[in-house]
Amino acid sequence: MSWLRVHLKMQQGSFELDAQFSAPPVGVTALFGPSGSGKSTLLRCIAGLEHGEGWLRVNGEPWQNETTFMPVHKRPLGYVFQEASLFPHLSVRANLEYGYKRIAAAQRKVQPEQVIEWLGLDRIIGRGDPVSLSGGERQRVAIGRALLVSPELLLMDEPLSALDTQSKQEILPYLERLHRELQIPMLYVSHDMGEVARLADHLVLLQNGKVIASGDVHETLSRLDLPIAHFDDAGAVIEAAVAQQDEKYHLTRLDFAGGELWVSKVEQPFGTKVRARVLARDVSIATQAPHGSSINNILNARIEEIRDEGADKVMVRLRVGEAQQLLARITRRSRDHLALVEGMYVCAQVKSVALM
Amino acid sequence: MMTVLTPEDLQAVTLTLKLASITTLVLLCIATPLAWWLAHSRSWYKGLVSAMVALPLVLPPTVLGFYLLLMMGPQGMVGEITRAIGIGALPFTFAGLVVGSVLFSLPFAVQPIQNAFEAMGKRPLEVAATLRATPWDRFISVALPLARPGFLTAIILAFAHTVGEFGVVLMLGGSIPGETQVLSVAIYSHVEAMEYSEAHWLAGGMVLFSFLVLLGLYRVGGNWAKGAR
Repeated sequence: MSWLRVHLKMQQGSFELDAQFSAPPVGVTALFGPSGSGKSTLLRCIAGLEHGEGWLRVNGEPWQNETTFMPVHKRPLGYVFQEASLFPHLSVRANLEYGYKRIAAAQRKVQPEQVIEWLGLDRIIGRGDPVSLSGGERQRVAIGRALLVSPELLLMDEPLSALDTQSKQEILPYLERLHRELQIPMLYVSHDMGEVARLADHLVLLQNGKVIASGDVHETLSRLDLPIAHFDDAGAVIEAAVAQQDEKYHLTRLDFAGGELWVSKVEQPFGTKVRARVLARDVSIATQAPHGSSINNILNARIEEIRDEGADKVMVRLRVGEAQQLLARITRRSRDHLALVEGMYVCAQVKSVALM
Repeated sequence: MMTVLTPEDLQAVTLTLKLASITTLVLLCIATPLAWWLAHSRSWYKGLVSAMVALPLVLPPTVLGFYLLLMMGPQGMVGEITRAIGIGALPFTFAGLVVGSVLFSLPFAVQPIQNAFEAMGKRPLEVAATLRATPWDRFISVALPLARPGFLTAIILAFAHTVGEFGVVLMLGGSIPGETQVLSVAIYSHVEAMEYSEAHWLAGGMVLFSFLVLLGLYRVGGNWAKGAR
């Protein structure tokens, strides 16, 4: 599983990066942490844009160790910067094909026409001047440009954070599509919980230059010992599939390992895989199945862990079915009134589900 | 015009243009790597080099010419080297003028190019590196095109400054027609000889020529800068 293995250190003024983690060869690994946690510096070290100390192996190949430092242009990676950074002196197409032209024909697994189709660039590819593009369009060209070097590893440094909400919404579906359809492992730096919940399979949490946790996104997001589970927008991610459409009430049933959820109608065919996010603040707990509730989604769950959160709240980790975790944020008073303890079977009432 | 300008005057005009062109070319070759180094180096002697490059801005040209004359003369350090390798002494030759002009106009070429390299920042070069461009490729395909306005300014300033040069040229080259007698020196000689009419033609012609060159270059430069933005 350790396709990518990293132990890199770097001193920048008073800030010290000392990060160690590994990542699998598939899917999106999110490097997540508050600003100043060193996630961007770590990504730049992995790319070779910064020369830290330590070692880095990708796919069995040493990119860096005591004796080796592979220069950036020799590393088989693609890099998307926070700002699109298109070359202003080149046309949109020349930007897109800048890297493509610089790799050997035999290594070109991705073709420009494919990328234009994937990223919906057909309308903008003919524009001469990249300055005329919108922020979102520029970033799509930048992503396409990075894909066209047929990278073994795609590095993204907060590619959406410089964009407005609308442009973000415009690009996210493309990123999800890349995630689903391309077999390129991605390292994705972000400080946005929503993006991580939406895209990541694997999560590396950084704090003050250190990796404090690394693992599967579902498990890591529901670990109550980590600060991430106590954010205001903490919650669980559920992988589900479209199972039934209710035309009359305009609802869709989603099935997941351990239960089902009714959500507002999803215009997707039967069997389509979707990712849902259930925030801890939208889950309440009842000791018996409630009667006369307006809540559609009531799941049988087992309390796995309870942890105090602040003076008035507790965070409850629930297991639904075999493996699915849910988080519920309730008051300390409710915990005591209901006499909730670990190991107890309860009903989790899910007030809302965000589809991604 | 032919009736007014002597063959010697015409020779001075062509010699000046030749000197300015060669000086500009040599300067581009020297100033580009120097500007690149100054823009990217964090070495402690960067300040020292910057100061030396800028020195001709503040020195009277005669001071520079005087020291160059001493250094390149038969007893000077440079002079001994050039004699040893069979070039002979450089003072009072065209080659000597080129050396003097290059040194004198160095800051005018280095600074605009250095500013352009600094203004583009590291990012475009980093992007190019992640797109498989080798360092040399990055320089040619990204840094040079983005620094185009800086190069244009450097060319204009170096050329114009060399055409207008007087002090260094007089100290170093004297006034040998066809070899070292450039326009500015020719005008000076005419004025000394009270040949005001000839001086007028040369001086007026120079004003007109300089103005037209600058006008043309700035117009092209406007479009160039737009294209590079």
